[in-house]
Amino acid sequence: MNIHKSTPHDAAKLHVTGAARYTDDIPTPANCLHLAFGLSDVAHGTITSVDLTAVRAADGVIDVLLAADLPAGNDVSPSNHDEPMLADGTVHFVGQPVFLVVATSHLAARKAAALGTVKISPLPAILSIDDAIKADTKFEPPIIFAKGDASDAIKNAEHTLSGSFEMGGQEHFYLEGQAALSVPNEGDMLVHSSTQHPTEIQHKVAEALGVSFNAVRVETRRMGGGFGGKESQGNSLACATAIIAAKHNRPAKMRYDRDDDMIITGKRHDFRMDYTVGYNGAGFIEGIEFTQYCRCGWAQDLSLPVADRAMLHSDNAYFLPNAKITSHRLKTNTVSATAFRGFGGPQGVLAIERVIDHIAHTMDVDASYIRTANAYANKSRGLKQTTPYHMEVTDSVTDQIMIELLEKSDYSKRRELVKWFNHENPRLKKGIAVTPVKFGISFTLTHLNQAGALVHVYSDGSIHLNHGGTEMGQGLFTKVAQVAATVLGTPLSSVKITATDTAKVPNTSATAASSGSDLNGMAVKAACEVIKQRLTDFAADHFKTTADQITFADGTVQIGKQVMPFAALAALAYQNRISLSSTGFYATPKIEWDRVAGKGRPFFYFAYGASVTEVVIDTLTGENRILRTDIIHDVGKSLNPAIDIGQIEGAYVQGAGWLTTEELVWDDKGSLKSHAPSTYKIPACSDRPDIFNVALWDKGENVEDTIYKSKAVGEPPFMLGISAFLALSDAVAATGDGSIYPDLDAPATAEQILRAVARQKGQAWD
Amino acid sequence: MKIEFLLNGETVHVEGESPTRTLLDYLRETRGLTGTKEGCNEGDCGACSVMITDSDGAKALNACILFLPQLHGKSIRTVEGLAAPDGTLHPVQSQMVDHHGSQCGFCTPGFIMSMAAAHQNGDTNHDDVLAGNLCRCTGYAPIIRAAEAAATNPKPKHLKSDKASKTKTLKSDRTFVPKTSDELADWYVENPDATLVGGATDVGLWVNKQLRDLSPIAFVGQIEDLRGIESGDGGIAIGASVTLSQLQKAVAKKYPSLAELIRRYGSTQVRNAATIGGNIANGSPIGDGPPALIALGAQLYLRRGDDIRNIPIEDFFIAYGKQDRSPSEFVIGIAIPDQADNLKCYKISKRFDQDISALCGCFNITRSGDKITAARIAFGGMAATPKRATAVETALIGQQWTQETITAAMTKFSNDYQPITDVRASAAYRAQTAQNLLQRYFDETQGHATNVLAVTP
Repeated sequence: MNIHKSTPHDAAKLHVTGAARYTDDIPTPANCLHLAFGLSDVAHGTITSVDLTAVRAADGVIDVLLAADLPAGNDVSPSNHDEPMLADGTVHFVGQPVFLVVATSHLAARKAAALGTVKISPLPAILSIDDAIKADTKFEPPIIFAKGDASDAIKNAEHTLSGSFEMGGQEHFYLEGQAALSVPNEGDMLVHSSTQHPTEIQHKVAEALGVSFNAVRVETRRMGGGFGGKESQGNSLACATAIIAAKHNRPAKMRYDRDDDMIITGKRHDFRMDYTVGYNGAGFIEGIEFTQYCRCGWAQDLSLPVADRAMLHSDNAYFLPNAKITSHRLKTNTVSATAFRGFGGPQGVLAIERVIDHIAHTMDVDASYIRTANAYANKSRGLKQTTPYHMEVTDSVTDQIMIELLEKSDYSKRRELVKWFNHENPRLKKGIAVTPVKFGISFTLTHLNQAGALVHVYSDGSIHLNHGGTEMGQGLFTKVAQVAATVLGTPLSSVKITATDTAKVPNTSATAASSGSDLNGMAVKAACEVIKQRLTDFAADHFKTTADQITFADGTVQIGKQVMPFAALAALAYQNRISLSSTGFYATPKIEWDRVAGKGRPFFYFAYGASVTEVVIDTLTGENRILRTDIIHDVGKSLNPAIDIGQIEGAYVQGAGWLTTEELVWDDKGSLKSHAPSTYKIPACSDRPDIFNVALWDKGENVEDTIYKSKAVGEPPFMLGISAFLALSDAVAATGDGSIYPDLDAPATAEQILRAVARQKGQAWD
Repeated sequence: MKIEFLLNGETVHVEGESPTRTLLDYLRETRGLTGTKEGCNEGDCGACSVMITDSDGAKALNACILFLPQLHGKSIRTVEGLAAPDGTLHPVQSQMVDHHGSQCGFCTPGFIMSMAAAHQNGDTNHDDVLAGNLCRCTGYAPIIRAAEAAATNPKPKHLKSDKASKTKTLKSDRTFVPKTSDELADWYVENPDATLVGGATDVGLWVNKQLRDLSPIAFVGQIEDLRGIESGDGGIAIGASVTLSQLQKAVAKKYPSLAELIRRYGSTQVRNAATIGGNIANGSPIGDGPPALIALGAQLYLRRGDDIRNIPIEDFFIAYGKQDRSPSEFVIGIAIPDQADNLKCYKISKRFDQDISALCGCFNITRSGDKITAARIAFGGMAATPKRATAVETALIGQQWTQETITAAMTKFSNDYQPITDVRASAAYRAQTAQNLLQRYFDETQGHATNVLAVTP
């Protein structure tokens, strides 16, 4: 059995020797052209003139294109056909591509792109959440999910609280920037793309070229990180290279310089969350109202489902008897925000965690009590456990996980030590917090919950594995290979993992929503089982026995009393004209979702976890640091414990980064000022917790029939980073007298913390 | 001009390349060595890290901000050349596999080369070694586990062939790689509009990001007589081409707070390249070297032709982008006068490691008994130049070392500085924090804990 084992990432040896090939590492074909975009420097306006004389005259330039020069489609939107690849008369944000430079080298294209003169007559620019609320610019009317009568419940509650806070977006900072290479071939197009969604690349390229889908083949071996940033953001590069490759009948390659990447591509949505909550003397929530303001940017992209998921996670792990969640999808003249690990979920979770924290602070009790008390599984109130979108929660274990974690992490004792530290230290203050996560697994657009696979067994017994999922570092290919090896009873080394290819498995969904191994693992299992069944039937017939006498294990097949190598059976089956190739298909069962009504079962199941974080802040500068983090996370029966722990560790640090040092800064003209790693600070090595204890929940097992009873792991642990933010808030609270709940927006940079400390002391300085 | 170096053990000659061709582009585009990655093209992510061996030994450097002429006579080891000739993985490679240290794998070659350089030098300060390598997948934990495990493994023998070779001055039409400051002085008089490049940690960005053509150009990193550090009774004299890594070591005992400031200056790769002369001559208002050197009362030495002069370093910085340096004049070194160590340097940035300061305050306050007898305070990030806080100093000198004195002096910062708001911090934060840093200096003398980096769980 290969499943449930900590086998290394399939490409680990390639990674450490530099042999792993990413899109820009593919040997550049002869005569390859290189592309770069010329960008708008105005947030909103009408293009009045474009002078490209200097661009055309620059060294190495072959061609320059404006929107009017495109052969067919000019749209790179994944959703609403509202995102021209090149601005078509109006610019909508600073950094929008206006023209496309084609040159003989990457550097020549970049240099030439800087020489264009685009004159733009400015229009009023809607930049901030406030601007958009004032101007009422939205992608759709407000969406409301409601259960019970929240307003009434709040009115009748013993206590009420209100608040508002903002949380920033997040740059993906995948280490490999966006890249694509298109190679023309007899009128067809082969596109190598660093994408989580080869099928969408195929569709957008076909549209850009005015050809049918079967004329475009997209291949993706691996990405150097995705995190949602390569779900739709690679469309522009793929389309641009394909258009140029077709036009000049030469290969064309494009990769963004890092600064361009950060300026042009979308990021996590920033939000403002307003809340009013009613609760009783024991801290139980009676009713809650959230108003979520989501800054979507200029184009729709994936903003509607992102905003939906923020609403769908505004309960996080807590039972809310009466709830009303209102969501505003604001349209602004900023880069179009896009998918990012958690897809709105983290924003929804942070909001309710903040509310719980606020209640605890006001009651002057440890927030861990309020969290465990309100957790879904706590049936002390005898109420049916439904979410605000009317889905029953039947298997919540967040309270069990939290209780186990509090004990394991020595929380109570450390809470006292934190108090003692704060008493002893006038300048430095510690804080500690526990937060749970419950994350819904499935695409909320139900039809996306499907996957295909293609498996070949060759006559030497070697296996060729293909499926619709993409590898971005999460170990999907390794897990799926483990599935194939387990079903066919072969060593993992017999399974050849191959690049995702739209010509092998068609009509795939993005590798997103944490669904990669759930969907593709099942599709691969189905394909392998077909082949195994054929081999079994053949062997039973050939060796005059019955199927129940045949077992596959360790690269051999036991047929009655006879044992033969898997390879020998494959060869024999071939000679007897048995098909050794099969597709596999999977569609997630049980889910149905009415997004307009806000009712149904959008999720097949939930993933659970909890974390405890201890931090220290300096009240003179706001400098801060994570000292210790303890995590227990439920991945069901883990397909690969080492890979799952890696996902959890990485997600936690990325989540904590979102809420601490990662600050997106725009100026008052809408220009992004944090557009390079010199100005946008993701966590560095020393920012990880000094003590970092990560455990898989040993009782974890998916109640649903998922691939070997595992659970998805990509996104859920991202939200464990929220405990770092609330620990910082706890440390800030320690600087006051308990009368003011810390007014701390995210990210909690040193500056934000110092401001919050000043407010605690009644010394606000701005 | 013929540049010569060892690349993965083999001698390579390079001719006809632009002097500002980066090693990264050369490796990837000319040599097909695509294991070395471009992550940011500005020296901030470390994905392009390679191991360079020169006369000082092995070190990790960012290939994206390293120009080919800088490599003359050195040895380059890339990730493709790290395993033994028989294919045996280097210990850091095999430990990374065993500890699940790679996920997407794109940052991995850079990590591997930083780890390999540290392994070669026996450096086990893994957080410092890897501060310049960003990973977005793993949260770093498994990478550190791998580095710790590899530390006990022996150094592979095949890397012994990496060494520096004796080279001569390189010169072509408009490119110059001198070996002595005399050569540079003469050439610079003839080429007053030339760009001088030390470690290229900033100039690299002029080329990669601002897409500037720099010509004529001189690379001053190999000038032996500017690479010395001399300590004596009078103080410490430091040549302009001394790297920040070398400076960190040199001041560690005498001025530990300065060494700690330098530990947080850039990253290992940046400190291995960046020169103190470049840090000063650049004139940046947010460089970390100048405020510390001003606080220490350092003298700056400049040379033009055969003329050498020295000035207090604070007088060098006249205005934003303007320094007291005439055409063809260049920084040859600094001298820090001997003194009791009262220096504290406080670097405030969004992230502790490898971040540019929002503000950097350096305090050198001398007391006799409880009386303040002298004070030199300087800040970066608070004005258009690195600048002394003369009003604050005046408010301190002659006063008793008490909270009252500190509180009164804190109000004087607004006389010295009117900071601005930018991507790193607001004006209000800078103004408030600058004052609070004086409080921190005082608190430290009162025995209060003030440093979050020193707190343990």
